[in-house]
Amino acid sequence: MAINLKELSKQGDFLTSGHRACAGCGPAIALRQALLAAGKDTVVANATGCMEVVTTIFPYTAWKVPWIHSLFENAAATISGVEAAYKALKRKGKISKDINFIAFGGDGGTYDIGLQALSGTMERGHNILYICYDNEAYMNTGIQRSGATPYGAHTTTSPAGKKIPGKTQWRKDLTEIIAAHDIPYVAQATISEWRDYMGKVQKALSIKGPKFINVLAPCQLGWYYKSEDTIKIANLAFRTRFWPLYEVENGVHRITKEPKKAVPVEEWLKLQGRFRHLFKDENRKIIEKIQKRVDERWKRLKALEEAGL
Amino acid sequence: MAEKKRGWKELPIGAIIDEAGSSEKFKTGDWREGRKPVLNKDKCTNCLLCWIFCPDSAIIVSNNEMKGFKYDYCKGCGICANQCPIGAIEMVPEEE
Amino acid sequence: MKVVAKTANEAMAEAMRQINPDVVAAYPITPSTEIVQIFSRFVADGEVDTEFVPVESEHSAASACTGAAAAGARVMTATSSQGLALMNEVLFVTPALRLPIVICAINRTLSAPINIHCDHSDTMDQRDSGWMQFYVEDSQEAYDSVIQAVRITEEAFLPAIVSADAFILSHSLQRIEMLEDEEVQDFIGEHKTPYSVLDVDNPITVGPLDLQDYYFEHKRGEAEAMRKTPPIIKKVDREFGERFGREYGLIEEYRIKDANKAIVVMGSTAGTAKEVVDTLRQDGEKVGVVKVKAFRPWPREDINKSLEGLEYVAVMDRAEGMNGFGSPLFTEVRSSLYEIDKRPDIYGYVYGLGGRDVKPRDLKKVFDDLKKVESGKKIERVNYLGVRE
Repeated sequence: MAINLKELSKQGDFLTSGHRACAGCGPAIALRQALLAAGKDTVVANATGCMEVVTTIFPYTAWKVPWIHSLFENAAATISGVEAAYKALKRKGKISKDINFIAFGGDGGTYDIGLQALSGTMERGHNILYICYDNEAYMNTGIQRSGATPYGAHTTTSPAGKKIPGKTQWRKDLTEIIAAHDIPYVAQATISEWRDYMGKVQKALSIKGPKFINVLAPCQLGWYYKSEDTIKIANLAFRTRFWPLYEVENGVHRITKEPKKAVPVEEWLKLQGRFRHLFKDENRKIIEKIQKRVDERWKRLKALEEAGL
Repeated sequence: MAEKKRGWKELPIGAIIDEAGSSEKFKTGDWREGRKPVLNKDKCTNCLLCWIFCPDSAIIVSNNEMKGFKYDYCKGCGICANQCPIGAIEMVPEEE
Repeated sequence: MKVVAKTANEAMAEAMRQINPDVVAAYPITPSTEIVQIFSRFVADGEVDTEFVPVESEHSAASACTGAAAAGARVMTATSSQGLALMNEVLFVTPALRLPIVICAINRTLSAPINIHCDHSDTMDQRDSGWMQFYVEDSQEAYDSVIQAVRITEEAFLPAIVSADAFILSHSLQRIEMLEDEEVQDFIGEHKTPYSVLDVDNPITVGPLDLQDYYFEHKRGEAEAMRKTPPIIKKVDREFGERFGREYGLIEEYRIKDANKAIVVMGSTAGTAKEVVDTLRQDGEKVGVVKVKAFRPWPREDINKSLEGLEYVAVMDRAEGMNGFGSPLFTEVRSSLYEIDKRPDIYGYVYGLGGRDVKPRDLKKVFDDLKKVESGKKIERVNYLGVRE
């Protein structure tokens, strides 16, 4: 599906100005692009997190589509209830419109505290799209490590200290965890590659059943970079192959956009203050370790694609 | 900017907000820290990359054309200038 | 009308079938599992039009129910004990969003130690959550209350828990009179919702963030909604009584008019207490029972009217408040009485924890204690009934 910005600009925004996200907020871009792709007839459930907080400070809301927030870990369960209601009311002839159901959660609400509810929702087959805006730490509470935080990153609960150089565990591969649910559509995207991302949103919404998109959404505050670099960093995550853009449609992996030539992961790391300590002499080996892991994961993804798996 | 705060009897049921997009009443333009984007219209090709990357929906587009910035909301992050492929947007110091 | 034998689980499941809710999201837990099982069968056999969501936890059950109610659906679920405890976080959200949902709850104790039997600690854990709470005495009342609760919640725009004692009611067959399906549908009427997130042409934001400037006002509004529930409950109950011949009130007084001593009690033990009162009355003792049906809203006026002028009152709690003094029902009754002039001397009894059986002789002992007080002896203010020393 072709995304035409000029056409999209005519419909107006569904996430309006006046929200209170930080300047240069990646997640706000992730939400805005998703809604532009989804269009007006969309109902959103939002997990507790930065995006819930900054968009709905009473009495102001930045949302121009129906929106519901209940708690931190239950966005998936909440949207499954909304979707179940829709099905029941449609069956009874009380509603006729076709409606998109989208849940948004950060990596805290999705990888970690909300994983059970998400897994249940995917397994039950609800006709919904869950979008995780992954900024790789608990930013709403002030940059604490999450299951999505990359190896070596400094957060306030995995600080780069005198003895321990930031996070010493690998991030979990949530995209593959959800793909293992054998649902019709799973994808990974990044906000800089908007055409790829918004195309995935539209494709997901055209498919019946549970869908999941994991979109990388850099956080200038928690990744410690200058606010104008959000898109640049989102793009480098893709070009270094740290964050491959691919989809898993009916169980088959396909890389949707491939960097022509892989950029060393170091180029991505060095723009971000959360990795600054890795550039000390004694920590350089951690960068090598990260590069090795990126290469291995890429090889694995390529192998899956080539094998038609 | 300050709305009169309503008493509990005047609020909609269930703590809902029944005015979609009401955040536009809350101006975030004064968050800018000394710099703002300006557009060089002669250079602009209306590719709208600035528009799709703006986290604050603060790029004015009408009739397929980039028309400028909603300074009432622009927080001055600089993404638009950073991403403009032909350098048509520049971050300049705010005039007093 | 037809007369059948039903356990409280079966009776509540039948009520759910006749209500035919739009959405049921539920998770099994002993001893309310049966409600979910029976209802699943109704769904499988096409006896209801309900969208059944077999969630992966009670937290998700309550979450899906809340989402479905916000989408304008008529919503019900069933749970018990740890399930209710796991719902706890969500249960504070539902009434704040003013959504009408009915939970069929079976009162089972909370861990630890783990125990599947009856006491009221699970619903007491939710007493400040903003849900109405109705405790029932038998299967008939369970059935009737679930049907009434649909109307009540949709007039009050607050959710309700109807709870029946584990095993004593949930698994015991009792005679009940069932209404016809059409009678139930006619009584509950069209579903009422305060708003709907499915209205994409009029988008609303549900569950926003409040700061210091609005949270208090929203809570004040929610509190007011609960304050306004007693007349709604009474009205719906009266209408139910007029149509079907059974009425319950916020509280039920049993042989209280000329009594000087009474037991205040909730749930199935009310039946035992009535029997004990009948026996003691034969011996000329002026004793009675006040059964509290609605614990939330707290029926302060009814309680005061009913207990004013009595001399000795024992309040029976099937839960331990762990406050170093009295349990929830005792402290609420005692606090209400503060504002009346002729206050009875009041004692608390914790009983029946973890399914400990309560026999007529146990309740007779409570009246015996009150008699001792009458004769000038002192007893503890708060007592434990039926526990080994």
